[in-house]
Amino acid sequence: MPKYELILLKNMMQPGYTGSLQEYERAGGYQALRKVVGKVPPTEVTMAVMKSGLRGRGGAGFPTGVKWGFLPKDYQGPRYLCCNADESEPGTFKDRQLMERDPHQLLEGIVLACYAIGAESAYIYIRGELVLAAKILEQAIAEAQAAGYIGANILGTGITANVWVHRGAGAYICGEETALLESLEGKRGLPRFKPPFPATNGLYNKPTVVNNVETLANLPHIIGRGPEWFASIGSPPKSTGTRVFCVSGHVKRPGNYEVPMGVTFRELIYEHAGGMRSDKPLKAFIPGGASAPFLTSDHLDVKLDFESVAAAGSMLGSGGVTVMEEGTPMVWAALRLMEFFYHESCGKCSPCREGSSWLVQTMRRIVAKRGQMEDLETLVDLCKNIEGRTVCAFGEAEVAPIMSTLKYWRSEYVTLIQEAEAANLIRLEPTVARH
Amino acid sequence: MLKDKYQQEIDELLSRYPVKRSALIPLLYLAQRDEGFVSEGAMKEIAGLLHLTPPQVYETATFYTMINLKPVGKFHLQVCKSLMCALAGSDTVIGWVKTKLGIGPGETTTDGLFTLSAVECLAACGTAPMMQVNDDYYERLTEDTFDRILADLKKDGSCSLKTGPFMWPEPAPAKPGA
Ligand SMILES: Cc1cc2nc3c(=O)[nH]c(=O)nc-3n(C[C@H](O)[C@H](O)[C@H](O)COP(=O)(O)O)c2cc1C
Ligand code: SF4
Ligand code: FES
Repeated sequence: MPKYELILLKNMMQPGYTGSLQEYERAGGYQALRKVVGKVPPTEVTMAVMKSGLRGRGGAGFPTGVKWGFLPKDYQGPRYLCCNADESEPGTFKDRQLMERDPHQLLEGIVLACYAIGAESAYIYIRGELVLAAKILEQAIAEAQAAGYIGANILGTGITANVWVHRGAGAYICGEETALLESLEGKRGLPRFKPPFPATNGLYNKPTVVNNVETLANLPHIIGRGPEWFASIGSPPKSTGTRVFCVSGHVKRPGNYEVPMGVTFRELIYEHAGGMRSDKPLKAFIPGGASAPFLTSDHLDVKLDFESVAAAGSMLGSGGVTVMEEGTPMVWAALRLMEFFYHESCGKCSPCREGSSWLVQTMRRIVAKRGQMEDLETLVDLCKNIEGRTVCAFGEAEVAPIMSTLKYWRSEYVTLIQEAEAANLIRLEPTVARH
Repeated sequence: MLKDKYQQEIDELLSRYPVKRSALIPLLYLAQRDEGFVSEGAMKEIAGLLHLTPPQVYETATFYTMINLKPVGKFHLQVCKSLMCALAGSDTVIGWVKTKLGIGPGETTTDGLFTLSAVECLAACGTAPMMQVNDDYYERLTEDTFDRILADLKKDGSCSLKTGPFMWPEPAPAKPGA
């Protein structure tokens, strides 16, 4: 028995649940939509989402209802909803499960959001590799259309909400909301300068909301059971509801665990994920996907909510928790992530494009034991020249692994460099001796 | 010509978007499904369909790693090498490919059957190590399952070990009589 009430994973945890429309309806699905569409004014739906305290699950944690409230009130033309299903942040694999196992939960959330913001079209931007999830969603959309939950004149109310699946094609940066919009417009996925924000100038320059899969999947429950109920879960008032945390790395039972926000990392890692896979103790963990600074075993009692993780010097981010045991070389780990960021930098701005290349080369040199002590200053210098000077938040993300491992495990960098210097001396000796 | 072969599908794709250019990636996928990669001819035709210039199509096509501008092997093995998979031994998987098929990342076997790519996180970090072969995921790889996948792919073109609708950890099996 799970220790806490499941919300998002509840249906799929039922033995034999396939996620078909019929089963979703039997589990109480689409009742929230029936309750409000054409009956409750859209602004009240937005108010309810504000009251629930729901914050974005895609990474930044922005309050969802507040974001919706930024759409221009008197604008008459089209508005759009984009569901961010790009899920490419290393360490994160929850949206995939939410889409493949309970697609209608997401679709109901999408239609509710469309209703609240007055969007007649929604696009699910899904990362290209998730072919199965895209197929499952397309089937579910067809089912929901046939049943009158999606399309023109939903539930006979005269309201239109069309939903399409749009596949990305392999580019991490398209998870960044403005790059996503560019990509959806058929262009290279280069982030836009903000402001203006998507709320006023989004898809096709029209008012647009971009929300993550997990964010939207929460909506049927918030509308169905009421914002007060939702706001009482987790660590109110700032981190309400549950999160589906993706635990990976050196634990006994890696996987997706839905727990109320505010449980500790210790509980998540040792109770839910079964603890360490061997007798080696925990050395480090990443609390919120590859973009979040590393934390150490001293941080195990930090609570999994937005504020607590931020206060500990990292971020809750995408909910990807990666655990590393004693003996994991931290410079190597940081290099692996740096290789990722180097590969994925879109190249639009120089600090990130050039900086990521310098960072990865310096890190490769250190790991290959060809580094010098000056390299450590170079790393910090490069990071400082990237952070805060880029078009998008990728800049902050790419420096996180290096800055945080330098903070907690500087000695490992130093050891690698000392070994390099010692090897160099030996290599140099014959030359020196000839003089 | 794509237009002659897939007229209906193209029309349906175009109907999804108020601005034609949005159908660009979907059409590139269509071309790739048809030929196995996206040729220059296809890009020119797509440009015509969307009222774009060929460089505009090329510019987008070259940004995305899943759009192949050259032919790849019949089975495209994409082994994830990002940190979370590396912690679970993905470098070993790349080693298996090298010893069993004789190819490294970016290479194709001489019979044109297998291409290996080392790729970044595929949203399967909890079931690492893993690889994607064409559209299918294979997770929690061991040397035994890896061998079986290669053998089945060669023999039947598919393998039953591929992941279905994803959920991990798996739910407890239904209790009899419950
Ligand atoms: C580099 C980068 C990558 C991102 N990748 C994703 C992603 O894969 N999925 C996602 O939902 N949000 C991602 N985001 C966050 C989005 O920009 C945006 O904040 C989010 O989709 C908003 O939805 P939410 O408010 O529901 O979280 C990314 C942000 C950045 C800067
Ligand atoms: S920070 Fe990096 S990823 Fe973001 S826009 Fe600049 S170059 Fe592109
Ligand atoms: S790190 Fe390999 S699937 Fe995420």
